[in-house]
Amino acid sequence: MYKYLLCTRYLRTRYIALTCIISVTLGVATMIVVNSVMSGFSSQMKERIRGILADVVLETGSADGEKDPERIMARIQAVAGDHIEAMSPTVEVYAMLSFRSFGDYITKPVTIIGIEPESKAKMGTLTEHLFNYMPQRDDEGNSIGPPRFAAAVPASFELLPEDQAYRTDQKEGEMRFRAHSRMMNELESTPENTDAINPGDLFSDTEVIADAEGNLPFEEEEPADLTSPLRGRVYVGSELVTYKYIDQVTGNLKTMPMVRKGDDVQLSTVGAGRPPKALHFDATVVDYFKCGMSEYDNSLIFCNLDFLQEQRGMIDEAGTRSVTSVQIKLKDSADSALVVDLLRQEFEPGRFAVHTWEQKQGPLLAAVEVESAILNVLLFLIIAVAGFGILAIFFMIVVEKTRDIGILKSLGASSSGVMSIFLAYGFGLGIVGAGAGVGLGLIIVWQINWIEEQISWITGKEVFDERIYYFPEIPTNIEPWMVFWVAVGAISIAVLSSILPARRASRLHPVASLRYE
Amino acid sequence: METAEIIKMPQRHIAAIAVEKAYRKGDHKIPVLHGVNIDVDRGEFVSIVGQSGSGKSTLLHLLGLLDAPSVGEIHLDGQRIDDLSAKSRDELRNRVFGFIFQFYHLLPELSVMENVLAPLMIRYTLLGYVRRKRELQNHARDLLERVGLSHRLTHRPSELSGGEMQRAAIARALIGKPEVLLADEPTGNLDASTGGEIMDLLRTLNEQENLTIVMVTHDNAIAEQAGRTVRLREGRLEKLADAA
Repeated sequence: MYKYLLCTRYLRTRYIALTCIISVTLGVATMIVVNSVMSGFSSQMKERIRGILADVVLETGSADGEKDPERIMARIQAVAGDHIEAMSPTVEVYAMLSFRSFGDYITKPVTIIGIEPESKAKMGTLTEHLFNYMPQRDDEGNSIGPPRFAAAVPASFELLPEDQAYRTDQKEGEMRFRAHSRMMNELESTPENTDAINPGDLFSDTEVIADAEGNLPFEEEEPADLTSPLRGRVYVGSELVTYKYIDQVTGNLKTMPMVRKGDDVQLSTVGAGRPPKALHFDATVVDYFKCGMSEYDNSLIFCNLDFLQEQRGMIDEAGTRSVTSVQIKLKDSADSALVVDLLRQEFEPGRFAVHTWEQKQGPLLAAVEVESAILNVLLFLIIAVAGFGILAIFFMIVVEKTRDIGILKSLGASSSGVMSIFLAYGFGLGIVGAGAGVGLGLIIVWQINWIEEQISWITGKEVFDERIYYFPEIPTNIEPWMVFWVAVGAISIAVLSSILPARRASRLHPVASLRYE
Repeated sequence: METAEIIKMPQRHIAAIAVEKAYRKGDHKIPVLHGVNIDVDRGEFVSIVGQSGSGKSTLLHLLGLLDAPSVGEIHLDGQRIDDLSAKSRDELRNRVFGFIFQFYHLLPELSVMENVLAPLMIRYTLLGYVRRKRELQNHARDLLERVGLSHRLTHRPSELSGGEMQRAAIARALIGKPEVLLADEPTGNLDASTGGEIMDLLRTLNEQENLTIVMVTHDNAIAEQAGRTVRLREGRLEKLADAA
């Protein structure tokens, strides 16, 4: 009884113990904040990867693909239908993307993924990553308007009216230029005359003017109507077609699109036949795609599946189409290992490979795990430092309380009783410190974006730059078990570090401690 | 009457038999007691006098099991107690002995009431204490009233005068209903009149409750108020002086 009374009394009256409590509190709060933010980052990242990759992917061994996706999907359905929410056939193929920017051709390696927007939309988060579904932003990334589409609008490869207007404008200019240069070729007239005759016809497109020596960028034979979008439509990864620069005047980071929605890009890839033959086609950009994983934003191009199949010769005489992979969304993503097993039994291993999205992104996820584990070890050292603080301060308190310990022993308190006073003291201190730390940590996590704004405002520098981290605000994810274990760890460190002082207190000789005032 | 006298024959209550005590200081052995024999009968009030450093406090600590003798034995009711297990010795200190110190030794964080209750808090488990709480608190209140501190129950020791602190310490020593009261210079820090009051209180306890009291003092005037005086000089019993 006296143990509890004394240790609560000591806890309330020894202000020096407050420093221990504060150090435990800060350690616990830091661990909770860092873990929540890291877990927020990694769960957001996983969600993004999963949004692109789907829970389980069935891939064919060769780039030629396998015939008849309906039959493959029916087989999947038959084996693991209970777990499956949606499936989407896709064609994935490596390619080169070429487009013209300021008169130069830029070429980048890409992966083209042919999708059906309707079935792909069921897989998850495709529309979240399309610009038309995001708030409109200016070139500095500031929000200037609501999304053009509500999230509920199904994804499609149609060009928006505004973008169509841009395209019409561009293409009409181009056609005028062609007509004009043809006319000039026919008349062989001087440039001075051209200016005199047709000043208004010089459209604003600097790219074409820079190139305007009669070498037309596109093929000479003239399509009937350039203004309507091409049959090939793509969502292009935003990092592929933009570049970022620092504005010399304002110092702000600006994003400059090199290809606009409505422009055409050229894609070069290989066909499905044997041996594979190179092939080229043009496609109209209908939207940008940005998921925040630079790996994807820098390499993915989503194309309409039927067009890609047609271009690659993946439709045979009978009209049967081929696909290279089937993306599968599960009702419960925790079942992915089970579904993978079921599918591996069903499909011939040589021709098909089955992966979960985690397996496909294994190294990245493992790196994140390792990083998180190391960070946790480092942060736990903070609490360990707090533990040494407790150790030192408790030794002081034991010295200070030497007389009280002697008194208690003269009143019949046992050594273990005296020891347990200090152990309970450490435990109480740990509980109070960890409790306050959990509270503080949760408040910080809850208000982290507000705090970030305040710090940005005070320092005048953006702490959490969306263009670097890809998140509009700091993602957090509080895992109750993490909070629990951090608190338990802090409490046990407090108890452990009070063991030595408590042992010393219990071994004090009552006479030695009572003799002098 | 004669038979009654015989039945009331004083029985030996607590005794030190040929105890020696030496402290170690580095390589040096500092002897404090050199073979001291002392018998205290039940209900007796014995004072041990001696100069500072004569070993009288050490003797008291040995009697109260706060310390173990280097050589010799401590007996309670004829049974050796100094070689008992730590647990039994703690138990004896809690139930059989009551201590009063020169510097009162109250716990500064606790109120007077809590200080007085401390031995009972040590004796009972949390559950046992809570169950008896009302009864024990009434007991403590009675005792504090008896020592004249009923108006100071919730005060901290630092708010009390020396005499009041010593009364609180006496109440604390008595709450466990001890058989032996061991007082180490109980009046050493008090002025003459307050010290006199404390001595009156001790004598009353001795007479009314038949409490065995062993008191250590360096003040002959105080010592003479006890039933018997034992003088210690340089660790040896000098003489037995029967005051009465």
